[in-house]
Amino acid sequence: MESYLFPFDSLICMLLGISFTVWFTLLLHLYKPYRIIAKEPVSLEQEIQDMRRGGAEPEFDMSDIFYFCRRGVESIVDDEVTKRFTAEELESWNLLTRSNYNFHHISTRLTALWGVGVLIRYGFLLPLRVTLAFTGVGLLVVLTSIVGLFPNGRMKNYLSDKVHLMCYRICVRALTAIITYHDSENKPKNGGICVANHTSPIDVIILASDGCYAMVGQVHGGLMGVIQRAMVKACPHIWFERSEVKDRHLVAKRLSDHVADKSKLPILIFPEGTCINNTSVMMFKKGSFEIGCTVYPVAIKYDPRFGDAFWNSSKFGMVNYLLHMMSSWAIVCSVWYLPPMSRMEGEDAVQFANRVKAAIARKGGLADLLWDGGLKRGKVKEVFKEEQQKLYSKVLVGSTSFQSTNQD
Amino acid sequence: MGLQGWRNVLALKTSKNNNRAAWQRAFPVPLSHSQITRLYSRFHSLDKGENGALSREDFQRIPELAINPLGDRIINAFFPEGEDQANFRGFMRTLAHFRPVEDNEKNKDLTSGEPLNSRTNKLLFAFRLYDLDRDDKISRDELLQVLRMMVGVNISDEQLGSIADRTIQEADTNGDMCISFSEFIKVLEKVDVEQKMSIRFLH
Repeated sequence: MESYLFPFDSLICMLLGISFTVWFTLLLHLYKPYRIIAKEPVSLEQEIQDMRRGGAEPEFDMSDIFYFCRRGVESIVDDEVTKRFTAEELESWNLLTRSNYNFHHISTRLTALWGVGVLIRYGFLLPLRVTLAFTGVGLLVVLTSIVGLFPNGRMKNYLSDKVHLMCYRICVRALTAIITYHDSENKPKNGGICVANHTSPIDVIILASDGCYAMVGQVHGGLMGVIQRAMVKACPHIWFERSEVKDRHLVAKRLSDHVADKSKLPILIFPEGTCINNTSVMMFKKGSFEIGCTVYPVAIKYDPRFGDAFWNSSKFGMVNYLLHMMSSWAIVCSVWYLPPMSRMEGEDAVQFANRVKAAIARKGGLADLLWDGGLKRGKVKEVFKEEQQKLYSKVLVGSTSFQSTNQD
Repeated sequence: MGLQGWRNVLALKTSKNNNRAAWQRAFPVPLSHSQITRLYSRFHSLDKGENGALSREDFQRIPELAINPLGDRIINAFFPEGEDQANFRGFMRTLAHFRPVEDNEKNKDLTSGEPLNSRTNKLLFAFRLYDLDRDDKISRDELLQVLRMMVGVNISDEQLGSIADRTIQEADTNGDMCISFSEFIKVLEKVDVEQKMSIRFLH
């Protein structure tokens, strides 16, 4: 079935490529600056020392407030975190209304182009893709159930791999995802954990169409539940009950047991814990880095010009999101397999996680942030404010002890 | 963005030079078209309730502001006396204090009233951060409270008290144990306020 669809689908990709060249030569390019303000990264101590009036250093100066005031107002105008939870802003419009932020009406010609684009996307591309998607999912459920009937052994593993790969590749076609895999010699091996930055549920399909992984996740009801139950018949995935998710020891134990068994597939985990908009990598949760096995980092970067892959789960539900995905021009992305990393001597889980995160951010060209992805929904912890207060106190008290030793 | 929001943005963008007076009255801040529209989309992205005004919770959602020791005082500056909602005009007015002072403006004759980003007005903004009860004086208590916000639990009450006493002693010239605005200006006359309280807007 797949080989039948293959030439047809690569024809679509070619047509898309040609149409894009045409669109963009006709379009007027609007350059919109991303940043509203210019920020200089200066440390608290340095700023306050600079600000103090010349002469003997007093303990406290009324101008110290300027530092906090300016930083505060700068963060109101433009901050590093809140913009990571909405879709990335584009330099020039890609003819999709959903990416239309600051672009205003330029000309009727552009609107006409956009109209034609809508017709093509919704009238032609979308039905084709939906058919493929249903085929892919249906086949996955049916074939994995059939493979599950086989006795455990090499034959079963071989068939399971083939079935999974084939169905994921059909799903990839269903999204018209044009994926470039780099450095495939570093692909994850059995007995390891694969970590990647998380932008959308499609990340799973993209990675799983190139290699076989054991998935980790919560047990769902409905269609997802059916798919999960079918998949686990063919090869061991790790599905947690909702109640088990809270128990960190249980989670860690199941993961380590899986990893210890070398015949089982590498686990696929997204340590950010939530979807981020692919302009940055946020804090990695340390749980998966405590297990003590080889970590295979993977960086995924989507090209936002062809379709925005980010799932804003507070704004759109899953069905809406899939509809958006399947009516975009294409999903173009690059996947880099980074060389495996292990925890070094004297490094704790958090430092290891940060090291892996930095490597992924560097490879994918993403900003490396220390902020927690959980800030999408929750408040920032008080302890960070206390750190700022501590830093400032050091500046104050530091000069006091300097003065008192001088007077002695 | 709601339909009205987009209409506002469109009105801004399509207004010609001879309408400049009209929209300058609406937005009394000499920022460029593109700067104002970017600020409007920022305002809109902060406005989770989509009701055209920001509440204190909307500001608190910015993590970098939430961890700022003076975050609450800064947020307060955006809300006029007794109000709980900040509309876009108020938002822009407050931000206008942080526009850099242009060279040709420094020597301008102040006939039409001082612009919001003058040195005096920047100092007034900072003064109001200290002046908790808005009575135009910084009392010892108010200074202590603001100091406590900045240092957290890391400095003892006595030490903080002596810091406050020393500061008031240095600044107070008329002996009322409070710092008035003119005393505040005098204390900071050597500080480069224009640079420290300015944000560089791009384009």
